[in-house]
Amino acid sequence: MPIQLKSADELAKMHRAGLIVWDVLTALRDMVRPGLTTMDLEKFAVERMAKHPGRAAFKGYRGYPCALCASVNQEVVHGIPSPKRMLREGDIVSIDFGVELDGYFADAAVTVPVGKVAPEVKALLAATCEALDRAIEKMRVGNRLGDVSAAVQTWVEPKGFSVVREFVGHGIGTRMHDEPNLPNYGEPGRGLRLNEGLVLAIEPMVNAGKSEVRMVDDWTAVTADGSPSAHFEHTVAVTPNGPWILTRPREITGPSW
Amino acid sequence: MAKRPADDKKKLDSGNPKEDAIEVMATVIEPLPNAMFRVELENKHQVLAHISGKMRKNFIRILAGDKVAVELSPYDLTRGRIVYRYK
Repeated sequence: MPIQLKSADELAKMHRAGLIVWDVLTALRDMVRPGLTTMDLEKFAVERMAKHPGRAAFKGYRGYPCALCASVNQEVVHGIPSPKRMLREGDIVSIDFGVELDGYFADAAVTVPVGKVAPEVKALLAATCEALDRAIEKMRVGNRLGDVSAAVQTWVEPKGFSVVREFVGHGIGTRMHDEPNLPNYGEPGRGLRLNEGLVLAIEPMVNAGKSEVRMVDDWTAVTADGSPSAHFEHTVAVTPNGPWILTRPREITGPSW
Repeated sequence: MAKRPADDKKKLDSGNPKEDAIEVMATVIEPLPNAMFRVELENKHQVLAHISGKMRKNFIRILAGDKVAVELSPYDLTRGRIVYRYK
């Protein structure tokens, strides 16, 4: 499958899907508190989604059972919501959500602290979020895929954190997971040259400890050493005027999350 | 939702047409040239079947009247591949 560059019209469609993702994710971010279960988040997301056109993109994707991925602490990505998984003060929870609208996808994620968290964990979240900002900044015509990847790696690794290898960001458009793959590690100046209309879901997944992960079920990945893991994501387009974050309103500027 | 590149490889594996075949029992009606056979399936359909490379390599002889296992391609149900001869 070749890489599909999107027209302005298609980008507008993806942005419409992206705004729904933003609405659901920001509402979820603001409701996170100790005592909720990850299934509560799922239920809320499904209700909120019902008010919008389109559908939750994850449900049924390769057999995924829910609308939301909620990954707590050492869970890296794709945690399946469960009524047994209760959020406690000091936890972090990565909430990942996607929408399909009129045949176009948008995908984003944010890691939210539950109440007060340890300073090391706070630093992990800040570093991962900033890594996403730095990667987005590289989404310019003429740069290469390696520049985007390296922006994440070179920012988080000197801080003693590590980058997950088993999962990557991805092209997105008429399919949720499209070409190309976008690892969160790489060499600047290498790889595909970025062109106008390229859309990528950029998603740094950063572990406080070692980079190794293992699977606890068909979906859920956890850090092998049990260290906490953070995950931030936006769907971003390359335009002649620089990067365009499709999964948030255009009026909002500044840090991505 | 993050992509797992390991899944891409899985998809390639299952894209192998030989794995999609439907295996059915059949009886050989007549031998044809080029190691082809006309066989009758259990559902009385007659299809043209050739011998699998593995059977050809091991010189498994097939005669009219033999019971065989045939793999059918889901794309062309009039052709098949003989993968086993029952004794």
